[in-house]
Amino acid sequence: MRLFGDTWRYLTAGGHWTGDGGLLDLLGQQLLLTLTALVLALVIGLPLALWLGHLGRGGWLAMNISGIGRAVPVFALLALLVTAAWPGVRTAGPYGRAGLATLIALALFALPPIITNAYVAVQEVPGHVKQAAVGMGMTGRQRFWRVELPLALPLVLSGVRLALVQVWATATIAALVAGPGLGRVITDGFARTQYGEGLAGAVVVALVAVVLEVAAAGLVRLSVRVPRLTSSA
Amino acid sequence: MSVTLLAPLTVRAESEPSCYSRLVNHWVCPSYWQDRASDLRSATVQHLEITVIAVALGLVVAVPLALLARRIGWLRQGVLGLTTALYTVPSLALLPLLVPFTGLTMTTVVIGLAVYALTILVRAVVDGLDSVPPDVKDAAVGLGYGPLRRLVRVELPLAVPVILAGLRVATVSTVALTTVGSLVAYGGLGNLIADGVRTDFRAELLTAAVLCVLLAVVLDALLVLGGRLVTGWRRA
Repeated sequence: MRLFGDTWRYLTAGGHWTGDGGLLDLLGQQLLLTLTALVLALVIGLPLALWLGHLGRGGWLAMNISGIGRAVPVFALLALLVTAAWPGVRTAGPYGRAGLATLIALALFALPPIITNAYVAVQEVPGHVKQAAVGMGMTGRQRFWRVELPLALPLVLSGVRLALVQVWATATIAALVAGPGLGRVITDGFARTQYGEGLAGAVVVALVAVVLEVAAAGLVRLSVRVPRLTSSA
Repeated sequence: MSVTLLAPLTVRAESEPSCYSRLVNHWVCPSYWQDRASDLRSATVQHLEITVIAVALGLVVAVPLALLARRIGWLRQGVLGLTTALYTVPSLALLPLLVPFTGLTMTTVVIGLAVYALTILVRAVVDGLDSVPPDVKDAAVGLGYGPLRRLVRVELPLAVPVILAGLRVATVSTVALTTVGSLVAYGGLGNLIADGVRTDFRAELLTAAVLCVLLAVVLDALLVLGGRLVTGWRRA
């Protein structure tokens, strides 16, 4: 298996990790892109979805947005953004070439899982629980903060977790428009027919995806423990 | 009217395209659609071909895998866990893994996408078969149905709505993912998108992107329609 040998050699050679454009450099860049895009999507999507779920309105948005997100290829969206007059291939701070376009595309792709899960989570808090809250004299706002949100939290957070891993994996596509991130190792490998190198990039991306998934799952478990205890008490 | 007006227009279109050239780079450009109609057609056909074969392959592998997973307890967790893990691997990452074996061919793209479709479809088939009410299965046993006949005549038809929902998700995402195949020059409309980025050709880029979304919408609608036909008993 020459391919896997090449991959192993590429990954174990220290020189490939350090320096400008090295694996660590690209990894940091992609991590920064992923987290920024996720935060952007959270700031935009979460309040909207939670509010709509509280009102029980706009279900068509929550239901159809994931379909739209699936149907639009990230590559196509990224290509359009890069070719347009704005944002084009502008660099945004530490995000590298075409960083702004990549950031926008990734934030848009983080929106569907966040919105759908948050909406469904609040919407599906059992009716009798909501009625009990009304019966206790809670106002709409109190009902949302003290009843609906704590009960909805696990599902809301699982949407965020899904978005995080998806955005991380999708960020590699930025390399198809010569953008930032680890995808560049893969496309470079193709350009020079060094498939072992390409695979090395892929391995790093997949490993970090697993680490992110596990870390996010741990964080979710930690943060969800509080409302569970209070609800059973 | 048309004869006198069209004649000078076509002459001009031949000498210099009105909305795409080195200096003019419009997003929407009807003369591009006319001049490159055959390119657009062949890219769309390739896109459709890759998507349909990949999803079909994924489904053909998913059904026996799901049946096995339902039979054997530990395999169920394993299969479902593995397919979830696979989905976190970026689509771009599967290509360098496959190319050394299958080369820069359409097969590479089809296999990669089939694996992705598989991850969605296995779960859908398992969920679908789980959704069949136990009393219906008992009734089939009582009617003297053997295991195979029960599966084909009772359980699979009843699982169709759930499987179809998974098939729609798999198909729509496969249409979008096919564009990534442009890395090995078999990306259907993705090839035009890649070319559009390389040559800064806006009309080509936007047309290919829109066709891609349209293709997803049309295939999704066809699946919904097909599902209605297959599950006629649901309306009865």
